Amino acid sequence: MCLAIPVRVNALLPGHMAQVSLNGVSMAVSVALVEDVAVGDYVLVHVGYALARIDPLEAARTLAAMREAGVIVEREVYHEIY
Amino acid sequence: MTIAVLRRLDLSRGHVDLSHGAGGRAMVQLIADIFHSALDNEWLRRGNDQAAFDVAGGRMVMTTDGYVVSPLFFPGGDIGSLAVHGTINDIAMGGARPLYLSASFIIEEGFPLADLKRIADSMGAAARTAGVPVVTGDTKVVERGKADGVFIATTGIGLVPQGLDLSADKARPGDRVLLSGSLGDHGVAIMSKRQNLSFETDLLSDSAALHGLVADMIAVGGADIHVMRDPTRGGLAATLNELAHQSGVGFRLEESAVPVKPEVAAACELLGLDPLHVANEGKLVALVAPESAEAVLAAMRAHPLGREAVQIGEVVADPQHFVQMATDFGGGRIVDWLSGEQLPRIC
Amino acid sequence: MKYIDEYRDGAVARTLAARIARQADPRITYRFMEFCGGHTHAISRFGIADLLPGNVRMIHGPGCPVCVLPTGRIDMAIRLARLPQVTLCTYGDLMRVPGSAGQSLLKAKAAGADVRMVYSTLDAIRIAETEPGREVVFFAVGFETTTPPTALAIRQAEARQLANFSIFCNHVLTPPAIRGILESSSDGVEIDGFIGPSHVSAVIGTRPYDPFADEFSKPVVVTGFEPLDVLQAVLMLIRQINEGRHVVENQYVRAVTREGNKAAQAGMADVFTLRDAFAWRGLGSLPHSGLKLKNTYAAFDAERRFDLEDLPGRENPACECGAILRGIKRPAECKLFGTACTPETPLGSCMVSSEGACAAHWTYGRFRDHQRRAS
Repeated sequence: MCLAIPVRVNALLPGHMAQVSLNGVSMAVSVALVEDVAVGDYVLVHVGYALARIDPLEAARTLAAMREAGVIVEREVYHEIY
Repeated sequence: MTIAVLRRLDLSRGHVDLSHGAGGRAMVQLIADIFHSALDNEWLRRGNDQAAFDVAGGRMVMTTDGYVVSPLFFPGGDIGSLAVHGTINDIAMGGARPLYLSASFIIEEGFPLADLKRIADSMGAAARTAGVPVVTGDTKVVERGKADGVFIATTGIGLVPQGLDLSADKARPGDRVLLSGSLGDHGVAIMSKRQNLSFETDLLSDSAALHGLVADMIAVGGADIHVMRDPTRGGLAATLNELAHQSGVGFRLEESAVPVKPEVAAACELLGLDPLHVANEGKLVALVAPESAEAVLAAMRAHPLGREAVQIGEVVADPQHFVQMATDFGGGRIVDWLSGEQLPRIC
Repeated sequence: MKYIDEYRDGAVARTLAARIARQADPRITYRFMEFCGGHTHAISRFGIADLLPGNVRMIHGPGCPVCVLPTGRIDMAIRLARLPQVTLCTYGDLMRVPGSAGQSLLKAKAAGADVRMVYSTLDAIRIAETEPGREVVFFAVGFETTTPPTALAIRQAEARQLANFSIFCNHVLTPPAIRGILESSSDGVEIDGFIGPSHVSAVIGTRPYDPFADEFSKPVVVTGFEPLDVLQAVLMLIRQINEGRHVVENQYVRAVTREGNKAAQAGMADVFTLRDAFAWRGLGSLPHSGLKLKNTYAAFDAERRFDLEDLPGRENPACECGAILRGIKRPAECKLFGTACTPETPLGSCMVSSEGACAAHWTYGRFRDHQRRAS
């Protein structure tokens, strides 16, 4: 689970809603769960709610790594056990 | 036929009531003012319960259909034009030239006359553009709640050219699979108007009469066209699986060749649907012997309804009757029938 | 489609597949479980199995909230729907799931129950507002991706003082399920690593998976939803195994952070609390794995509002959904698969949910069973 689709935020609407679209198909979704959403952002939408913002830099980095058949190394360092 | 009536039909604000189906003056008036005026032709003008015409020698085809689409009016069409196009297409898929249509209307008490007129006018326009008249019809009115606005049942007849015998059991390994254009337009256009799905798009239904396209294809391919079918409910997946079983064959398709409009792809992603399962009302798939495939494809592309025609795969021998597809991505999958009703998924 | 099409590029797939083939040690069999049903669906739909070498196997996990819903809970939903004053709103996925005695919400609807399919809780709230005479019950199902929307709906219902809205809560949690899998793996299948869920992780972050890397020494790669994501994640898992590492890595950096979506987590914590235990199809009863409404929101809890009896539910004894959900058996190994149990006549939830292992295999992959037999 779960089906969530990246869509572009075209307009902010009252009541923590936004008009989003994908390839010319548009819908109104809730953005109450994502802070400071701005027009032009891309968000993941699941059952009518935006759950996360897509980070364009990380998206580009991921794609570049894929094209090199490389792997993703996260910027944060966290606890590893060997 | 003119009859004396006390009051004109209030076409802008009136409603269908039970008297309009009772067989009396009210019904005659309804039929005359709405249906005859919209569908007008020499047979309807004679005012009989049946239409008579001479039959040219040869083989005839007949088809029947029911139209229960909801909503009645959708982007790119309505139940009326859909009924004309769909019936014509069923005839055309047999390679036949459509000749005449009949239409039976089951109308719910309380249905707005304005909407009924709109539907009838739309049917008339569709029939005239296609050159296939609605020569006879029937009207019934049922109590409120017993019909979803209006249901339309149709019959169509046509004439098959000599030497042609298209049939679902005639696909052969090696036949090329030709598709006339993009998939899923109609289904997505309809879904965009369904209350509980709430998405918007400029997409129009592809509802269209295909007999002109078919005629051009037959002129070039003749009996090398083994089967034709229009992928309506259940989409291309249902059509190809049906044909696979009826002909005892399998299919190999290339996903990269299958045309899907960006809006359709997007709506399907959002709802978790497969475009191959979504209904079309103005597309056809043809299984053509390899020798004639290129020529038939060229003929399709030369016609306004086949500009985006493409070969999407071929028929293969397969005792399991699978419709296999090489995905864009590089792996393989099968294309199966849709199970149950098409329900958007969250997972 | 931006952020979608680029991650479905066939040429890049071939590059990644070639690298995987080179990195996979031919002496080792790699068994990776993709926990999330959405990944199961993507793997089947894009034919990813064809791009992996023979010693890299994907095992389908139980991350399909429809699949793990016990039959008894469906029976309860049907019972609610049959109450004449109730309008039961449900996601489409649940309409055809079989309850006991072959019943389903779709069949109940055909028999006259007011069951309405909705895309979002927002629709259910709208129905409650526009039809004040109806008791609107929302059938709330899903992992942590779907739970925050339900939490928001409850708060919205409270703010608007909706007296006719409630939920039948069946929300479950991902980490307890992964733990359940790992603790029962002595029963059967050995799992070498996990493809972690995409959108659950967007909500909960990557931190909750640490125990599986630490305690159970299993690598976890939180993975994006598209097929290239899955291939890249497989490469990352193979690397970890080859290098003897077992850590939590994040492949889905474009949408998932270590801490996750704090607002969504806060919403869930405000409205829900843990049930002591919750029954999962296939995994049995797992402690602290399910959610219920807090007492402050009791008015919105359909189980309390309608005094709903807990129903035990009956499954077909030959149904292997349990073993399949744990990755112990493959769909083709269930005697009912393709014979009595098909998508048209589903006997178990794995077949009815489009991302259940059986449905995915039937819809996209069963032709391989015949190839295997033929060769």
